[in-house]
Amino acid sequence: MSLWRLASIIGLLGLSACATVPGASDGPTSRAKVDAKALPPGLDPFANLDPFPSTYRPAPSATTAIVNADILTADGPEIPSGALVMSGGRIVAVGADVVPPPDAVVIDAHGRTVTPGIIDPHSHLGVYATPAVAAMSDGNEATDPDTAEVWAEHSVWPQDPGFARALAGGVTTLEILPGSANLFGGRSVVLRNVAATTVQAMKFPGAPYDLKMACGENPKRVYGGKDRFPSTRMGNVAGYRAAWIKARDYLRKWDDYHAKVAKGEKADPPDRDLQLDTLAGVLRGEIRIQNHCYRADEMAQMIDISHEFGFHIAAFHHASESYKIADLLRREGICSVTWAEWWGFKMEAFDGIEENAAMLQRAGACVTLSSDNANLIQHLNVEAALAMAAGNRAGLAITRPEAIGWITLAPARALGIDSKTGSLLPGKMADVVIWSGDPFSVYSVADQVFIDGALAWDAHDAAHQPKSDFLVGQPALAGDR
Amino acid sequence: MRLLGIGSLLVALCGAAWGQTIAITHAHIYSMGPAGDIASGTVIVSGDRIVSVGPDGAVPAGARVIDAQGAVVTPGLLSTNTPLSTVEIAEGVEETNDNATASDRLSAAFDVSYAVNPNSVLIPIARLGGITDAIVTPSLREAKDRDKNLFFAGQAAAIHLGQGTDLIRKPSIGMVLVMGEDGARIAGGSRAAQLVMLRAMLDDVRAYAKGRADYDLGRSRRYELSREDLEALIPVVEGREPLMVSVHRAADIRQVLSLAREQGLKVILEGAEEGWSLAPEIAAARVPVLLDAEADLPASFDMIGSSLNNAARLTAAGVLVGIENPPIYEGGRTPRIEAGRAAAHGLPFGAALAAITINPARIWGVSDRIGSLEAGKDADLVVWSGDPLEPLSAPTRILIRGIEQPLRSRDLDLRDRYLPSIKAPP
Repeated sequence: MSLWRLASIIGLLGLSACATVPGASDGPTSRAKVDAKALPPGLDPFANLDPFPSTYRPAPSATTAIVNADILTADGPEIPSGALVMSGGRIVAVGADVVPPPDAVVIDAHGRTVTPGIIDPHSHLGVYATPAVAAMSDGNEATDPDTAEVWAEHSVWPQDPGFARALAGGVTTLEILPGSANLFGGRSVVLRNVAATTVQAMKFPGAPYDLKMACGENPKRVYGGKDRFPSTRMGNVAGYRAAWIKARDYLRKWDDYHAKVAKGEKADPPDRDLQLDTLAGVLRGEIRIQNHCYRADEMAQMIDISHEFGFHIAAFHHASESYKIADLLRREGICSVTWAEWWGFKMEAFDGIEENAAMLQRAGACVTLSSDNANLIQHLNVEAALAMAAGNRAGLAITRPEAIGWITLAPARALGIDSKTGSLLPGKMADVVIWSGDPFSVYSVADQVFIDGALAWDAHDAAHQPKSDFLVGQPALAGDR
Repeated sequence: MRLLGIGSLLVALCGAAWGQTIAITHAHIYSMGPAGDIASGTVIVSGDRIVSVGPDGAVPAGARVIDAQGAVVTPGLLSTNTPLSTVEIAEGVEETNDNATASDRLSAAFDVSYAVNPNSVLIPIARLGGITDAIVTPSLREAKDRDKNLFFAGQAAAIHLGQGTDLIRKPSIGMVLVMGEDGARIAGGSRAAQLVMLRAMLDDVRAYAKGRADYDLGRSRRYELSREDLEALIPVVEGREPLMVSVHRAADIRQVLSLAREQGLKVILEGAEEGWSLAPEIAAARVPVLLDAEADLPASFDMIGSSLNNAARLTAAGVLVGIENPPIYEGGRTPRIEAGRAAAHGLPFGAALAAITINPARIWGVSDRIGSLEAGKDADLVVWSGDPLEPLSAPTRILIRGIEQPLRSRDLDLRDRYLPSIKAPP
């Protein structure tokens, strides 16, 4: 907890915790300092790191004060009765003694609880949209074990009705990943959960890119099943290493080229390769690794690979066995993105336990919950309650602020956006949920959800309930309420 | 800890064998039966049965007393439409999947009860979710021979999750038929074709039932289904065994209601995501519904009208509603959470609890033994640490057929193996 707070404070001061990694603090909008004018547009991978820029703009918002609320900030003790003020899309004040400014719209939240907006670090909304028809199945480019060149955002269908359902569950930010068929599945994208007609208008401004990697059964099953490489776990590892060798070499060639150009020497540019662009971006510290990996022994091997080639793994996803290597994960600074109740649906998930999150928390490791599912994303608060209760039955004394952190601040940290959102700290984006009651109760619903201070969802007002174009004019919904 | 668990289990087992009497006193009882809700009551158990449920009073001499101290006591939860005990690891370990067959010969005659494995590690894990009994339903797998139109998944079984080598409460409690898009695919690509074929099959069953001797002599017309399938469908066409039909869109539900009326079938609707839109018709037909309380997405073109209010609206219209729960390995150890979600979206608390206890027991015809706390029924009950539908609550005691169950599972054994390695960071 204290580490997280430190990280957010550092972030707010404008000093990214990763500032020693070149380029990491600037996000994808940065432009490399090298002079690439010599090359026509599109041929230098590092000339423009953001070819599909975010066009997201916060919706208009009024200065709003939520008063008489039980507040779980995810970044400190619970405030049993306090106020939170949002202005200009930011949180400006939170505490027991905060007085609403005179111009504020005041919401009395007596008997209700305020939390940060929920962040789901593992979702396939938009890429595996509903209706789940083959025509909309765009999550796995399962044609080669290395498809680091594909970007999930190019598959996201903004009209997936699941986005609005997730919003009703308090989800304000989510990461959409490619599937796990491949060793390198491609880039994921962090989205604001706002209704939009283009994915660019949902993209979280300045969020780092992630590369999805996958351990274990999926890649070896998919390609082994086609009599292709890899068909074993050892094949998987050889596949990762071969790709990183190529990426290192690619980056070296581009660095040499840029060095020569900088010195005014004549130089031939290397051929641009989209697949290696992404891997090189990881090696440059600009792109983070989100690694689907269930088993403890495989996670330990992935960590060795990261050391061999010099990159950092941001998070292991699903991570059913993280509790077996909690101390290693803490020392490596790797988050575990896991579940409370999903386990055992395949061999590598057979040792998953409900207490995984609580045990990691007590060991001081970063842990978050996630959905990976269009229904579970609608009640991650209940999932956090189940995980907390299991931990407490084990005597781990998980607190409510810690448990709310599993679905807010910790996922923000896993995605590298914790300086911007994830807790109710003044200065952060005003991503806020007012729950009808205790967020750890199954009976509570998200009454109101604010994104950047603007009302994005109101359970009691259809005017603030986004609806997919797909659901417009459907007779089957006539009479629905 | 583990030794202690086994010790108390032995005591409990012996207790049952001797017809031990247990009195659970000062309990907040949700009986789900004629006794209603009792703010402070006593449940008396003798052997494997419930002897009485009522307000606190005299406890029989010699009874072992469990003072609930105000805690909630409910019937054990009934997990309905689950592969539990017939599937150990669903994906990638197909040899542990006995819940479906791709045989070209078997469909209606497929009987999951033969595949129940009392040693499944999933059973104690389910039990710790407060589940004491389950309706194990087969699922549909396409026949290897693509010309076979086998859309009956087979027969469901009722099991208990207690101790012993025989968990079967009742085999062949109902037949499972898959319609909608999945049924249409097997029928050659159209749901219209499936309905024609289905009517023909039901006619075949009646003809076969009347003329078994001719069939044996090879003098009957050719039937699409095997002899085993025809036999298995006789109680269905005679309206004695329920036919659970997986069906989703409103138009298909109407077709099923009309088929049931015309053929005299005792139908259960499963799924019925668009059921809310014709709730009065379903209620008038006295057809019960087993539904997924979480289904609120247009997962297919059959489910455009999916709504979180489905359970609430069907119940309000007078339909008998049970809430099914997903496979245990996909969040399904908590049917109580599914019920709680429905309660958060308009279903009254009592109806939500009924939807995971007495209602599915009635729907599947096993309410003579389970589903409520009533004298004469099996003593399958749970003492809860709080509101049973809340995620922060958990069972503190579980009785199945009068035997107190160990609160242990493989899950907890793994936890306790690694807990000592969990240390606060330096």
